[in-house]
Amino acid sequence: MIRNSRQLGGIRRRLPEGRGLAFLLLAAGMILLPGFAEAARITDSADESIMDRAFRFLSFRDPSVRLAVVGCVLLGLCCGLLGTFIVVRQFALFGDMLAHAVLPGIAVGYLWNLSKQPLHLFLGAVVAGLVGAVLVNLIQQTTRLKRDSALGIVLGGFYGIGILLVTLIQRLPGDKSGLKSFLFGSAAALSEADVGLIALVSVVAVLLLGFLFPYFKAVSFDPTFASSIGIPAKALNYLLMLLLAWAVVSALQAVGVVLVSALLVTPAATAYLLTDRLYRMALLAMGFGMLAGALGAFLSALQTGLPTGPFIVLSASAVFCLAFLFAPRHGWVPRWRQRREQSQRIGRENTLKALFHLRESAGIGVKEAGTVTLSQLASHRGETPEEARRQVEELVRHGLAELGGEGTEIQLSPAGRARSAEIVRNHRLWELYLTNAANIAPDHVHDDAEKIEHVLGEEIVAELERALDQPSVDPHGKQIPSLSVSGKESGEEGTP
Amino acid sequence: MSDLIPPFEWSTFLREPWSPWYLETTVRVMTMAFLVSASCGLVGVYLILRRLALVGDAISHSVLPGIVLAALLTHTLTGPVIVLGAVGAGFLTTILIETIHQNSRVKPDAAIGIVFSALFALGVVMVTFYAGDLHIDTDCVLFGNLAEVATEPGFPPAMIQAAIVLGITVLLIAGLFKELLVSAFDPTLARSVGIRARWIHFGLMAWLSVTVVTAFEAVGSILVVAMLIIPGATALLLTDRLWKAFVLATVHVAISVVLGYHVGLWLDSNLPAAMVSVGLGIFLVTWISSPSQGLVSRWWHRRRQHEPQQGLDPDLSPTTEEG
Repeated sequence: MIRNSRQLGGIRRRLPEGRGLAFLLLAAGMILLPGFAEAARITDSADESIMDRAFRFLSFRDPSVRLAVVGCVLLGLCCGLLGTFIVVRQFALFGDMLAHAVLPGIAVGYLWNLSKQPLHLFLGAVVAGLVGAVLVNLIQQTTRLKRDSALGIVLGGFYGIGILLVTLIQRLPGDKSGLKSFLFGSAAALSEADVGLIALVSVVAVLLLGFLFPYFKAVSFDPTFASSIGIPAKALNYLLMLLLAWAVVSALQAVGVVLVSALLVTPAATAYLLTDRLYRMALLAMGFGMLAGALGAFLSALQTGLPTGPFIVLSASAVFCLAFLFAPRHGWVPRWRQRREQSQRIGRENTLKALFHLRESAGIGVKEAGTVTLSQLASHRGETPEEARRQVEELVRHGLAELGGEGTEIQLSPAGRARSAEIVRNHRLWELYLTNAANIAPDHVHDDAEKIEHVLGEEIVAELERALDQPSVDPHGKQIPSLSVSGKESGEEGTP
Repeated sequence: MSDLIPPFEWSTFLREPWSPWYLETTVRVMTMAFLVSASCGLVGVYLILRRLALVGDAISHSVLPGIVLAALLTHTLTGPVIVLGAVGAGFLTTILIETIHQNSRVKPDAAIGIVFSALFALGVVMVTFYAGDLHIDTDCVLFGNLAEVATEPGFPPAMIQAAIVLGITVLLIAGLFKELLVSAFDPTLARSVGIRARWIHFGLMAWLSVTVVTAFEAVGSILVVAMLIIPGATALLLTDRLWKAFVLATVHVAISVVLGYHVGLWLDSNLPAAMVSVGLGIFLVTWISSPSQGLVSRWWHRRRQHEPQQGLDPDLSPTTEEG
């Protein structure tokens, strides 16, 4: 406990990690800079080619393009940051619920004075989102319904009410054109006030989470510990929910109700695949969110009338796919390769073990040269000679054995001899350990030892030998090969 | 504000729909709505019990690209090809979710969020690109067009499909009742008597996709979530027996369809949304007043437990509620 709280203090002192946040904010600000340059607006023409549109977008000459990009990038930043916390806490679908539940609030905010005034919409949506969040918690606490059902009820029900109100508003007179863009989002429709709101929410979120980062970290990973050292866990939870509701609401105009949750979850999950540290994850998630926002704004600007939200989500999903496949440690391809290497190594080691057994029964000493024939190996393992040859060739490739006598006689190299003895020693030591220390019957220990023999390291072996008093015979009466001399030369193989 | 909620006239909104001029429309719309939401409600009971409510949410969104792809091939929104497309997309969703959370450290809830939003986004992009070739547009995805579908002359194919799906749903529930019961409440027992949990899971997902696609044209792809979860949730607040839950969910669907239709007419709004709103209202009322688990009765029980009882050692009187 004391150690932990000191660690927490350490985190608090090392807050300059916030430098990263400041840097990202600065980067976002750089994009704003072209806004001060002279705006050269190009008249809209419907028959522009995609290349022209791409060029126009990339030149940032169009003020509406600048607004859209700044809005989407800031949103990516803010949602990525908040998403980090909901992903590590397994709250992911909470964002989805909030996004649907704010719809009635937006409709009511619009009804306030029948205009699309950001402040009213914002207030209405935040209130509706919080009511939804409270309802989910209440349903979960007071009924037998589980969290997922509670989320589903509030999500679907509130969305229904929202659609009811939106269709009511559709028949009212007045400017209601923008209301439908809340459903799928349209970055082109972002007004300066909208972007201002997004910027405000982003700054507040970054500052609050930056300053309270260690506390949020403690609450996210160990709420009990957090409250035991006096962190107000409940208050922080509500703060996070409030920030989430704000972020969701400010994202609606650009991304739309249906897809906001992806902006929260996908970049954060991508970051989660790439690092084990929370602050790095937050920074990465913000980066991925910004990337997705910029890409989505770009893609949806290539043709008129394309919704922005789906393109942002698709960009974020593409980045996630890449991370899922190729992330250095948690990616699918590295893991698959590692698994394959490991199973190949285990296969080699099992061949070596079979050869050791054959040599042992033929009376060849551990360190002596001596040959075993392929057919002996095949019949020992109950396999065809072709399979046995393939396994031995695999050993030859790794310098563990040589094939002599016109390819029928197997000669283990010194490294192969050492490794085979190691494996058998591990196996027999473990059997002995299970029999002596865990009181397992000698005829039940083989399968377990069969697995552990490949992963026992030098240190554990030394410890086992000490614990078992340097044994020489295993529970089945077989000699445990001693490696006190040959242990040195085994270094070339064995580490994956 | 006053022009938002039209004056409520008894005769216009409750009697007129049943007068001979409107009777056919009323009956058709209600039948269609009941057919699609009853199948959803029945499947939903089971989703809730297996804690798959949010997978239901995910699939109801992610069948969209499958539907659009199949619609591009056949140029209709009903029929076997569309159903196949939706089932394919449903399977893809299930498999992707499982792949992501089994092969990486991403947790199931995040996997659900990633997969369904990506597929839904793909579907929306396809809809916007091919809107000209299709009967669907983004409005249909969001709201559905119940009234149009139900009032096609003759027997609309969508209604026939909905009736068939509801019939098969009822038959499946009746035929597999024991298997569903056991696998929902006691997975270990289910395994030991030889029920394949995986088969049941994939069967359920496939049937969920069929139900969702059948409801799609009438109610859109998001209101389906409410129709899946709310009836079952209401029913499970009222009973402990599975078959009663199925019956009560159907009753909930029927009430919300009839009331929702009138409310929708009165407010002149989207009909499925009105039905869902009424359904949520019924859920809230049930939550407050359910005899066994309602807020009121729980409060009453707790108060009685806290009162000191005569002849009983106070230490022995239970003070905690069971979860």
